[in-house]
Amino acid sequence: MKELINYLADPIRSFPITCVLYFLMMKYYKVVGTKKFAWIAGTLFFITAGMFAMDPNFWLIITWPDNIPISILILSVGFLTWFTLYKCAENDKRIEAGECPIEALPENREKVWAWPNLVYTELFAIIAGTAFLIAWGILFDAPLEEPANPTWAPNPAKAPWYFLGLQEMLVYFDPWMAGVVLPGLILVGLIAIPYIDTNPKGNGYYTFTERKMAVSMFMFGWLVLWLYLIIVGTFLRGPNWTFYGPFEFWDFHKVVAEYNVNLSEFFWVFGLKQALPGNLIIRELPGIILTILYMGIPVALTFNSLNAIFQSIGESKNKFLNITMIAPAFKCLAGIPAFIEKTGYIRYYIYVYLAVIMAMLPVKMVLRWLFSLKYIIALPEWELNL
Amino acid sequence: MSEVTRNKLNRREFFSYLSVGWIAFTAACAGLAGMAFRFSYPNVNFEPEMDFIAGRIEDYEEGVDERWKNGFGVWMVKEEGKLVALSNICTHLGCVPNWMPAELKFKCPCHGSGYYTSGINFEGPAPRPLERYKIGLTPEGTIKVDKTKLYRYEKGQWDNPNSFLSV
Repeated sequence: MKELINYLADPIRSFPITCVLYFLMMKYYKVVGTKKFAWIAGTLFFITAGMFAMDPNFWLIITWPDNIPISILILSVGFLTWFTLYKCAENDKRIEAGECPIEALPENREKVWAWPNLVYTELFAIIAGTAFLIAWGILFDAPLEEPANPTWAPNPAKAPWYFLGLQEMLVYFDPWMAGVVLPGLILVGLIAIPYIDTNPKGNGYYTFTERKMAVSMFMFGWLVLWLYLIIVGTFLRGPNWTFYGPFEFWDFHKVVAEYNVNLSEFFWVFGLKQALPGNLIIRELPGIILTILYMGIPVALTFNSLNAIFQSIGESKNKFLNITMIAPAFKCLAGIPAFIEKTGYIRYYIYVYLAVIMAMLPVKMVLRWLFSLKYIIALPEWELNL
Repeated sequence: MSEVTRNKLNRREFFSYLSVGWIAFTAACAGLAGMAFRFSYPNVNFEPEMDFIAGRIEDYEEGVDERWKNGFGVWMVKEEGKLVALSNICTHLGCVPNWMPAELKFKCPCHGSGYYTSGINFEGPAPRPLERYKIGLTPEGTIKVDKTKLYRYEKGQWDNPNSFLSV
């Protein structure tokens, strides 16, 4: 059983599992967003967590002072996600029945004074937060280490817990990409949300049906691409940044074969059976063409001829296509011309390019796992790798 | 000019006061900015030794030698008739890899990049091999490693005779 969990926890398997679980959660959010589900899931979670904690290796991981915030994070994010879905499910049922959302009921629209109603709540939150931090500070010592030494690094060398998602990204990308471009675009994208998303629905109340695209896209980035990577980086990365299952002893000498190959080598050496060309640009041409094609997807989606094909797939009655959400996804794509008409080209391109660049992370991760692909474009001579 | 207007500033005087005041204000601002700029530079500059004498060729056995790693951040690697001074800074994000004698590789603890003893990268995200430092012999026959000069494999600089010692 422990071996099975160790086996499944490897990112190669746990990333698709997380994606499927996320997909099921969003598809059946009306089942997830009930109090009954919360009780059952919560009880099961604590029973399994208790059983996991009996294992000495897992116990070491979760009681490491650096990792306690992650345990708190898992609990609080789990609860808050359920709470959101619960509120959404409640409101969506009312909207379907033609009623107004709960937040719009007259008794909830009543206005109160900031003093004392809000100020007292804030005061209480400040006191409780301080008390919690003091208790934490007394119970657990700060994980301090010896003075810094420029010629030695701790093994594993881990970033602060909130940056472990970024550190996990760095395994798959060049530093300028995972350290500068992608985090920068995360910030720019978050700032751009109010300018891109002009849908007035969901303003001041919880709803999922009225803004499916926005909610599921944001939650995918937040839960799967950010928190899942933090959890992997914290709990499952040991010495030498090698993967270790939750019940696995952190053996310094664990050997994992991970010989990585650039796309240019795949194409020229394995594909065409010849040496790498001396000219850098010709050497990396396959990767450059692939990248340009990938970046052309948002432009291609605006063509009318494709639109008709998407429409026909979207309206197919095939059961498989409908259950796996392929048909609804194509229906969504077929709606792009209408979307552009409503929002304009600039908004469309900003939105779709942000989405396409966000999708680069899972795409690159999957390519690394499946083909040990190191870089699509590898120009170390110019410090440029993708 | 009447007595009443004499007590007040006339236009000419106002402008001369204004220009004196403005020059003083600008000078004060510039001085403050200059001091702030000076403050951002350290009073004492710690500069590590960029070159060192690394004993004699006979001191090194075949394989990786770690004796200069803690002091100077250099691995001396002797293999295939060459002695090279290898940088111990990972080319991915500048961490310090560990030498793993059992696995015969350098392995970075930050993102898992791996290098052969020659310094060539083969696993993890490292985009290029470790860098070599300039290495040469002094007239006394001792080895001198100069860290100010780097030799990069992907630029074809490892063929440079200054990047290795034939042994």
